[in-house]
Formats: sequence, C-alpha cells, structure tokens
Amino acid sequence: MDAHLLSLVIWTPIIGGVLVLATGGDERAPIARKIALAFSVVTFLFSLSLYSGFDKTTAAMQFIERAPWISTFNIFYHLGIDGIALPFILLTTFLTVIVVIAGWQIIQIKVAQYMAAFLIMEGLMIGVFSALDAILFYVFWEGMLIPMFIIIGIWGGPNRIYATIKFFLFTLTGSLLMLVAFIYLYQQSRSFSIPDYYLLPLNINEQILLFIAFFAAFAVKVPMVPVHTWLPDAHVEAPTGGSVILAAIMLKMGGYGFLRFNLPILPDASHALAGFMIALSLIAIIYIALVALVQEDMKKLIAYSSVAHMGFVTLGLFIFNEQGIEGGIAQMISHGFISGALFLCVGVLYDRMHSRQISSYGGVANTMPVFASFMMLFAMANAGLPGTSGFVGEFLVILGAFKVNVWYAVLAGTTLIFGAAYTLWMYKRVIYGAVANDAVKALSDASAREVVFLSLLAAAVLIMGVWPFPVLDIMHASVENLVAQTAASKL
Amino acid sequence: MNGTLNVTPAIPELFVFTMACVILVVDLYISKEQRAISYGLTLLTLGIGAMLSLLSFSAEPVFTFNNMFVDDALSDVVKIAICVITLLVFVYSREYIEARGLYKGEYFVLGLFAVVGMMVMASANHFLVLYLGLELLSLSLYSLVAFQRDSELATEAAMKYFVLGALASGMMLYGMSILYGLTGSLDIPTVRKAVGGMSPDDVVLIFGLVFVLVGLAFKLGVVPFHMWVPDVYHGAPTSSTLFIGTTPKIAGFAIVIRLLIGGLEDLHGAWRDMVIILAVLSIATGNLIAIAQTNLKRMLAYSAISHMGFMLLGILAGTPTGYSAALFYSLIYAFMSLGAFGMILLLSREGFEADELEDLKGLNQRNSWYALLMLLLMVSMAGIPPAVGFFAKLAVIQAIVDVNLVWLAVVAVLFAVVGAFYYLRVIKLMYFDPPNEDVPAIQAAPDLKIVMGVNAWAMLLVLPWIGPIQQLCLTAVASVMNGFVS
Repeated sequence: MDAHLLSLVIWTPIIGGVLVLATGGDERAPIARKIALAFSVVTFLFSLSLYSGFDKTTAAMQFIERAPWISTFNIFYHLGIDGIALPFILLTTFLTVIVVIAGWQIIQIKVAQYMAAFLIMEGLMIGVFSALDAILFYVFWEGMLIPMFIIIGIWGGPNRIYATIKFFLFTLTGSLLMLVAFIYLYQQSRSFSIPDYYLLPLNINEQILLFIAFFAAFAVKVPMVPVHTWLPDAHVEAPTGGSVILAAIMLKMGGYGFLRFNLPILPDASHALAGFMIALSLIAIIYIALVALVQEDMKKLIAYSSVAHMGFVTLGLFIFNEQGIEGGIAQMISHGFISGALFLCVGVLYDRMHSRQISSYGGVANTMPVFASFMMLFAMANAGLPGTSGFVGEFLVILGAFKVNVWYAVLAGTTLIFGAAYTLWMYKRVIYGAVANDAVKALSDASAREVVFLSLLAAAVLIMGVWPFPVLDIMHASVENLVAQTAASKL
Repeated sequence: MNGTLNVTPAIPELFVFTMACVILVVDLYISKEQRAISYGLTLLTLGIGAMLSLLSFSAEPVFTFNNMFVDDALSDVVKIAICVITLLVFVYSREYIEARGLYKGEYFVLGLFAVVGMMVMASANHFLVLYLGLELLSLSLYSLVAFQRDSELATEAAMKYFVLGALASGMMLYGMSILYGLTGSLDIPTVRKAVGGMSPDDVVLIFGLVFVLVGLAFKLGVVPFHMWVPDVYHGAPTSSTLFIGTTPKIAGFAIVIRLLIGGLEDLHGAWRDMVIILAVLSIATGNLIAIAQTNLKRMLAYSAISHMGFMLLGILAGTPTGYSAALFYSLIYAFMSLGAFGMILLLSREGFEADELEDLKGLNQRNSWYALLMLLLMVSMAGIPPAVGFFAKLAVIQAIVDVNLVWLAVVAVLFAVVGAFYYLRVIKLMYFDPPNEDVPAIQAAPDLKIVMGVNAWAMLLVLPWIGPIQQLCLTAVASVMNGFVS
C-alpha cells in the first residue's frame, strides 16, 4: 500500500466526489453529505499515514510513484513529496473535512454538486503538492480552477459572476505563461521531470524570462501586489467553504510554486530579482494592511489581511536563509488555519444575520459568548500573538530578515502593529459594546456542529503555536537542501 | 507499375461508394415508415468502411492506379476517423432530421458521397485526384446545407457556401495549373522532386504556391478567407452543421499534408510566413469575434476558425512532430466539435432550435447531467486541463517552441485566454443563470443519450491513451514521409 499511498490520497476524494455527484438531486442530499464526510475523513486518515511513514532525516523525494503516461513527450505520472509538500497536504486534507462539516446545513441547493466540487478539488490540490512532472503539475493546477469557478458562481453572493470570471481569467493568464515556461524547459532538457530542471544549466537571460513566466502564475495565486485585485472580489462573493479553501490552500500554492520552481530552478534570477520581490512583499505588508484597516465588510477585511500575511511569506522566501524559508512555510500553514477559521466565524455570523457589514453588528458577545471566545482566539492568532500559530512564522521571518537587512525586519515588523490594529478593531466593533440592534439580540450561540469545527481549528492553532516543533522538524532537511540549491549559481 | 490494376488499396472507398449507390436505389423502393432501413444500411456501411480501412492499415505506403492513389498509415487513420465520426453524426442527427422532415434517403446518400470524397482526398497522390475528392465533398456539402429547402437562412447559406467554395476551388485549380506548367506533372512526388530542384525564390513558383494556399485557406476557413464559415454554420440545419464542423476538418488536414507538405515542402521557407499570418489572424479574429456572438452555432463557428488556426501552428512548424501534432489536433477537435453541436441537436425539439446561447440558461437546473457533459466539452475546447483539448494545444505549442517560435507560442497562449472567456460564458449560462420559463422539456432518444454521454466523457477518459494516439499520429506522418522517399 505504501507504494501507492500518494495516489490513494489523490484519487480517494476524486472518486468520492464522482460518487457524491452520482447521488443526483437534492432529495438525496443527506446521503450526499454523509458520503462526502466519509470520503474526506478517510482521505485525512490516509494523509496521516503519509505523515507517520515520512522520513524526516532526508531531503530526498519520498513515496515516489513513476509510470510512463505520454511517451511521445516524455510525460510521466510522477509523484513524490518532500518535507515542503507534506505539511500542505496535511493542511488540505484537514481543512476539507472542516469545510464539509461547515457546509452541512448551510448549503441547501445542489448539495451533491457542492460536496463533489470540494472533494474533487481536494484531490486536485493534493496532486499539485505531490506532482513531480511539470505537465502533471499543470494539469492538477488548472483542473482545480473549474470546481472553484463553479463553487463561487453557484453558491456565491450577489456579484458572484463578475467575481468568479475575474478569478478564473486572472489565474488562467498567469498559468498559461507558466505552461510556455514548461515547454521551453522541455525543449532545453527533453524532459518534463521537475527534479531534472534543478540540474539544468540556464544562462541569466533565460533564467530572468523564465522567472517572469513563473512569477506571472504564482504571484497571481499568492496574490502579490499589484495582481491581488481578484482576491477581495472572489472572497467576498464566495460561499464560506469556498473562501476557506481559497484562503487556506489555494493561495499557498503560489508560495509553494515559488519554492518548487523559482528558487531551485532559477537561483541566479531569484537573487537578481530578490530586491523586486522583497519590495512587493513589503508593499503588501504595509500598504495592504492599511487598506484592511478601513474595510467595512468583514470578509473583505480578512481577504486583505490574507494578502498582507502572504506578503510576509514571500518576504521570507526571498531572503534565502533557513529561518526565512521555514518561517514562510510555517506562516503559510498557520495562515491556512487562521484565515480558514476567521472566514468560518464570519460565516457563522452571516448565516444568522445575512450581513457581513461590521456596522450591522455590535455586542455579539452578549448573545453568543462561546462563539465570541473562539473568535477572540482566532483574532489574536491573526494578530500574531505569541502562543498561537500566527506568531511562529512571523517571528522566524523577522529573525531571518534581520540577518539580511535591519530595515526589512523593521518594516516587516510593523505588521505586528497593523495586524493587531485591523483585526482587534474589527473584533471590538463586532463583538464588544452594547447590543447594537434587535437582530443581534435575537442571535443564538454557536450550535454543536459549529463548536466542533471551531474547536478543531482552535486546537490546531494552539498546538502549532505552543509546540511548532513537529511541523518545523518535517521540513527542516528539505529546506536546508533548498537553501543550498538556491545558493549554488547555475552560471 | 505493371499492367494489372491493383484495387486492394482502394477497397474502403469502393465499398462506401458502391453502398451509397445501393442505398440510393433501395431507398426508392421503401416507404416512409421503412426509412430506418436506409438509416441502418448507412450506419452499417460506415462501420464496415472503418473496419476495411483498419484492415488495410500498414505503415508501408502502397501505390496503385498509376501512382495516383496511395494507401499509407495517414490515409488509414484519416479514413477510420472520418467513417467513425460520420457514423456518430448520423446517430446524433436522426431525431433532429425526423422532426424537420429531412429524414430522406438523399440525406444519407449525400453524406456517404461526402465521405467518399474525403476518403479519396486522404489517399490522393496526384493533384487531380485530390481535386476530384475535394469537389465530391464540396458538392455534397453544398446540397446538405441547402437540404432544408423551404428555409431562407439555409438557402442563403448554401448560396454563399457554393459561390465562395467554387471560387476557392478555382483558385486552387489555378495554382495547380501553374505548378503543372512549371514542373510538367501533377503527380505529387514528381512535383516535389521538380520543386526541390528549383530556386525557392522563383516568382512563378511562389505565384502558384500562393494560389494553392489561398484555396486551402478557403476550404479550411481560416482568416482572412473565413467569411463563409459563420453564415454557413448558422444557416445550415444543425445536422448539416454538425457534419461540416467535424469530418471536413480532418480531411482538410489531409489535403494540407498532401499539397503543401507532400508537393511543396521544399518551399517551407516561403509558405511558413504566410501560414504564420493565417494562423495568428485566425486565432485572434476567431477568439475575439466569438465573444460578441449570441448564437451558439455562430460562436462555435468562430471557435472553429480559431481552432483551425491552432492546427496550422503544427503545420507551420515544418517538422514531423509538428505535422503529427496538427493531425492529433484535428482529430481531437473533430470529436469536441461533434459533441458540442450534438448537444444543440439533443436540446432541440420539433419547432424549437436550441441554438441561441440563451437556450442554455439554467441547464444545470433543468438537467444537471447534460450540463455536466456540456461543461466537459467546453472545458476541453477551451484547452483547460485535465480535458484532452489541452493536450492537443500542448502538442502544437510544443512543436512551435521546438522550432524557436516562442513569441508565436506566447501569442497563441494569450489568445487562448480570450477564448476561455466565451467558453466560460457558456458554463456560466448553464450553471449560474436561472432557466427561461418557456423552454420545452428535454427528451432525447436513448441512442442519442448514450452517444452524447460517451462523447463528452471521452474528453476525460481518453487521457491514459494520449501517448498511444500521438504515437499513431507520428506513425501516420512518418509513413507519408516514407512514401516521398520511395
């Protein structure tokens, strides 16, 4: 079983998705929900056995599967993971379970299609994190767009169609340039195997052009300033589950792409363009944080906060030291939990009030005390409070930045102020104070189902905050190897 | 070549031709209610035609009829595809033509003649044989477009198609006559040899080339010779559009191979730039104008123009990999187009054409199964993985990057994003919009349902076999190349 464990983790949810889809109309919705939950839990369990079977001491790819697929182009069904990919896979399988539970009652129309879209997307996302063949990677990467397009378009808010088409076209444009980059690399190496590209000599001009092509794909996904404009639209319009997956996992694929492609394949271009990347990251950290401060829509605020946090990630990646990269990955994982949790919190409120405007709320703590304490934890984590997972990544990145340039660290450090400002201010306006209106007065506290998924996420945030060692330990060997690859010039 | 006539290589053509004549006669003696006999015979003919082509499959080219006719792997692949797709075309259109009073013997006979024409084109080793096949195809198609004779739109479309088609044939014939004047032969290998010995800057030679190319461009419907495509696709009964939009694209690839690559490959330096212009204009114009369409058939017509542009990318690469990529592209495209037009037929009712984009509104609520099938087809046409359309685009783009035309690859890819927009709009209409209230319920015959389902799911299920299919395309192209050497 070990030999095909990765395939199992990828294909179980996809097959599950097809089965769920086959249940058909909404009269069989209860069955669809149960099948979806079963498949997402089973996938999570499989991914745990990936964790237990993983050898932390080596940077080599593990659980490798390799079979010829399209022989005329040397395309292989080639899978494998290292310490960088594994945490993302665990994040994906964990959050899909949460999303299925979160959509249990909220989604009442086309239930089977909703659940199926998430399951199929889960398989494709895991595929992205484990593909070692460029075309296979690309197939998973693009395939994911269609379920997301449909999720936003069917179950989204009033302006969903504009948002979903914008989301699709932004990401597609970026990705197609990446495809041209892959074809160019194939022409140079006669191989689509990603590890082969690590050894491929490339001159600086080629590297810069390829960097730009990859940048187009990953910067849109992260998203970095100035191509982040699709994100607030998509987040605001997406249903809660869609926002969770978008913020918690899809954005991370951009960061993962930089780690998998730009740094090791194009080390010299990465160094040459590091200043540019760091500048964009700092703009995201400071400017977008200020933008977040003035948002009146809770989802939009969290969306902008995501862009700012992802700025931290790209900063960590492009300072090229161990702390920076480990911090960046830790930040991505932690942000996966926190942003997911915050979107779910907004979802909990929205389901009761049908408003995302901060001004519609006030004094929610009086009527929903349990919920308020959960949200408090997540808000603190988003602000980077020590003891929560949010602190680990930010601390490591700032530490790494200090080694390179004090000013990077100082500017990045402002996030601790701004992050606290926009998150806690929003929290204060929504949760504290006198009961704002009759609607708030009538609120009922979190249901048992909501408590379940919020406590799962709270546990993840706290455990990773207090004891980040397991996560950092998994990636350590791979990150060391990546740092060495990035330091070695290809010229 | 000895004196005895070897007909074995031409058996598939002869069989289909004979059967077409048989059906023509049989149909005279049966009543309207027994029309199913003609229909069944037609399907049987096409099935056996495909089998015969399969049986005669060999990578080694076999020549006959004084070297005017060749049976090589390419012609076999093309013939099998044509027979199979035409068979599906008839299955798709049976209900539709029945409802519109077009369920007549002539319909099948004309279809079979067109098939014979295409098969002859695929096997031609001589300019005149090629022309003969092309005209047999074109004349049958003109009549198929005009088949709904009391429809003004269809008559207008047929008129346009005929006038422009005849003009194109004339141009091509003129080009051929110039080449004949220069080389003294119409035999493709002989022309090839003679052209090889001439200066590629010879003005008269280029003159002939341009006329041949213009003729080809007309027949393929690429910009700027595309004006007939939207009108014909739109005006013709959907069953005929389905036919025009599928198999002739494969046959078109076959004549490009025979004429441009067989006869004039040594002029590649000269025609490459012309084909680049045709391809870029087609991809750009097709994708941009498709956005503005409100009629699904017209939208698919512009999409066909852009797809032909993509196919030309493989041709202009001028390498066997490129030709094979173009063959792969045209095969995949034919199946995608078959499914997309098939969906229009499936949703149409007696007195109701489901050919406006509006008619797709809310399909997911009306019938989520068909919406899913159309989704698969649209995703495949847009070239979004994992659907097979992506691999077709990948193959041609890879072929042009291989010859260092990276800029062209980037242009093609950017217009693919533009293209994605209008395919997405179809998905948007089906999934995100509420249905119109007055649309008739969907009912379709079981055979149609099955074919539709298989056709759409094939966009995904064929994935594990892409390698072998591409290998087959490479073999087919290699066998043509061998034919020139021997």
